Amino acid sequence: MGRLPIAKMLAATIALTVAISAVMVPIRWNGQAGSTAAGPIDTLLDVMIVLSAFVFALVMVMLFYALWKFRAKPGDESDGEPIHGNTRLEIAWTLIPTIIVLFGAGYSWVVLDDIEAREPNPMTVDVYSQQFAWSFGYPGREGAFSEGELHVPVDRQVVFRMHAQDVIHSFWVPEWRIKKDNVPGLRTTAVVTPDRIGTYQVVCTELCGLGHSTMRAEVVVEPREDFDRWVRGLDRTVPENFVTYPEDQVSSEDLITAGGA
Amino acid sequence: MTAAFKHPGWLRGALGFVLGGAFGFGLVVALRAISGLEIFQTEQTGYPHVVVTAVTAPLGFLAGFGCFDYWLRWAAGKPTVPEDHSQHGAKSWRDYFRFNTDHKVIGIQYVCTTFIFFFLGGLLAMVMRAELAQPGTQIVDAQAFNGLFSTHAALMIFVFVIPVFAGLANYVLPLMIGAPDMAFPRLNALSFWMLPIAGLLFLGSYAAPGGAFDAGWTGYAPLSTGAPLGQSFFNLGVQFAGASSIATALNFLVTIVTMRAPGMSVWRMPLLVWANLSTSLLVVAATPFIAGVQFMVLFDRVLHTNFFQWAEGGDVISYQHIFWFYSHPAVYIMMLPGFGIISEVISTHARKPIFGYRLMALALIGIVVLSYSVWAHHMFVSGMFSWLRVPMMITTLLIAVPTGIKIFSWLGTLYFGKIHTYSTAMLFSLAFIVTFTIGGISGVMLGMVPIDIHVSDTYFIVAHIHFVLFGGSVFTIFAGIYHWFPKMTGRMYDEKLGRVHFWGTLVGTWGAFIPMHWVGMDGMPRRVADYAAQFGDWNLLVSVFAFMLGAVQLVFLYNMVVSWRYGPRAEANPWRAKTIEWQVSSPPPIFNFDEIPRVVGGPYEYGVPGARHAIMAGDGADVPAPPPAEEKVGAS
Repeated sequence: MGRLPIAKMLAATIALTVAISAVMVPIRWNGQAGSTAAGPIDTLLDVMIVLSAFVFALVMVMLFYALWKFRAKPGDESDGEPIHGNTRLEIAWTLIPTIIVLFGAGYSWVVLDDIEAREPNPMTVDVYSQQFAWSFGYPGREGAFSEGELHVPVDRQVVFRMHAQDVIHSFWVPEWRIKKDNVPGLRTTAVVTPDRIGTYQVVCTELCGLGHSTMRAEVVVEPREDFDRWVRGLDRTVPENFVTYPEDQVSSEDLITAGGA
Repeated sequence: MTAAFKHPGWLRGALGFVLGGAFGFGLVVALRAISGLEIFQTEQTGYPHVVVTAVTAPLGFLAGFGCFDYWLRWAAGKPTVPEDHSQHGAKSWRDYFRFNTDHKVIGIQYVCTTFIFFFLGGLLAMVMRAELAQPGTQIVDAQAFNGLFSTHAALMIFVFVIPVFAGLANYVLPLMIGAPDMAFPRLNALSFWMLPIAGLLFLGSYAAPGGAFDAGWTGYAPLSTGAPLGQSFFNLGVQFAGASSIATALNFLVTIVTMRAPGMSVWRMPLLVWANLSTSLLVVAATPFIAGVQFMVLFDRVLHTNFFQWAEGGDVISYQHIFWFYSHPAVYIMMLPGFGIISEVISTHARKPIFGYRLMALALIGIVVLSYSVWAHHMFVSGMFSWLRVPMMITTLLIAVPTGIKIFSWLGTLYFGKIHTYSTAMLFSLAFIVTFTIGGISGVMLGMVPIDIHVSDTYFIVAHIHFVLFGGSVFTIFAGIYHWFPKMTGRMYDEKLGRVHFWGTLVGTWGAFIPMHWVGMDGMPRRVADYAAQFGDWNLLVSVFAFMLGAVQLVFLYNMVVSWRYGPRAEANPWRAKTIEWQVSSPPPIFNFDEIPRVVGGPYEYGVPGARHAIMAGDGADVPAPPPAEEKVGAS
């Protein structure tokens, strides 16, 4: 080991890590941020980019130094040195990655609890997904119902209750960073606090058949007054043939959440 | 003429196919007539007369072809035909087209068959990339597109990556452990002949009313239970591929456990043997789960059971649990044999013992154990029990540790070696380390629940799976094909063409799959025939590199075909490797060894003065008696 320029290799690794990070961290990979979950998730991604850049740089430096230094000369048919291993080094590259990934797991857990934390008095929206359209019901607002257009007030937590009508669909608004499958027979939920006024899209991300790539709905995040006006303008109720998974058919997910709350 | 029908072979196989099919068809018709049901039930998912025939006709073919002759005679108490070994080996190309129990013939049958499916699956990908080069619909409609990516994945996973490793190991592994053949040669031949049936069923779905199966290779219920007839072909294809896979894994396990040459203790097994041992442990325990769950889907479709029909009391999410309980270990089934190949190639071409051999072997076992405890990381947004997410995240991230051990140990193997890069196999192995590291890094990110919630079911997943399955598995497959090509064919391939293939594949892989990460994070979902205009430029770039990646595979095909026919004769040991398969001629004699070799040391003792891995017949006299088998590796 003493025969390798460890300090220089480490310096090269760190320089490469800094270079990769300097390019990659400023880019907004996940696109526009539009909910309170976006900040913590994007920060987690940035931290992972730096850690990953370090691992990638380490592998690159180790590989290319070896290829540069230990390349056989033309015609050299001799063997390398019969080194079979190095226990301390092997323990190091078992333990250090273990610590890194456990840190990553712990950090992710904290972020997960953060983005799924329930606020008092959230608004509830029923999401009805069918091949190949989204529609939305506003319980407590005299059964107000909207097809293909979702409005929510800004800065208020919304609990989406998913009601798949036929096959599995998945509810995703990229700007919110939140996604949840709509499963026949199961009332899944997603919790989002939109914090940026704007117009976005609900994207179906679970293959649901022919029209999967066109299954979209418009999302409008707007001030409270505008939202109230829009809901009052809705003149339809939820169609009778729509299946709604009731409270007593709650998923175990909700039981756990309820138990913990 | 009648004699030709009495002997196993294609004629009797064709007869068996017809009779088997007629039996299945007749059975359904008769039973439905007796029950007073409509005889040909052709409502959207049913078609029992087609589904049952699609099982009995291939089985009839296998029986007619001779796959069960010996066992049936034995079971019926008739005198069995004693094995005179006259059918061993291949004297002409015709011998590759019959029921052949020689592991070397079967190995080549496997590799050639699986590569045919690789090229067909690749063509499907080319059509997809042509459609996706621009937003909007140009070449295929949404239904055809859904069929394309479903059949592409099914072909690549079930009849290319998984079985091509079984084929390579079939050829190399018995030689490597000093065995004359696999433990169960007849089972081995049966395993192979089930494979083309699986592939033809996948492809045959294109002929079904309603088109090819189009619910993705994951075939989630209830989309799959309500899909047209083609889906049943997928359910059945998986059964044949799975049965083939399980039988081969059992064969490898018994071969490795009982047929190693004297002196080959477990710590003297080459890492390719360790890798196939680990893979087989995964296959025998995990593959029955996908077989089971595809039967459940088939029963829901044909028998109108309600496993996954929530309105009738079924449980939709249970499909995903059972499916991923196989399909996550399957990721390692598709990777561990490749790890073994990389170890062989890097050690040989760096002229160095594997760095930390025992930890390398233990890391494989660690991956086997951990891989059973991570399946639900595919289901973080599925609505399953939310408490399961954090434990599954921790085990998922921990699996990076044994994988990291392997990466660092390969790098360690290079140090103080004499690295030769003239071989295309070595180039693919070195590139594999880089590409797989990137695939591993995106895998760790996907393991983190908050990041996964955003990117799951987006193009980020498509990018990740292709970095680990193409940049990972397929790179190791190419490394293995190039490395053992001289042994398998007795000819050398063209290194210049090999380098063209290598650089084209490397650039194509990065160019095609790196930008997929970006569009995925930015909001492009996977499995879409059309996408928002904002992703158009990146998709065009992806398509251009994908076409290049596809085109350069033709160089590989040309190199292999022409070199097999006209390449210069290969020496026994062109890479000067230590393991046993290189100590016999290229190609090896019909029964591998005149006399079983004696193993006297580790498999990678490069640079150790006087060290031997094995003593072959005829060169025993001048070699000292073998040291005790439990000699500590690394002590010398």
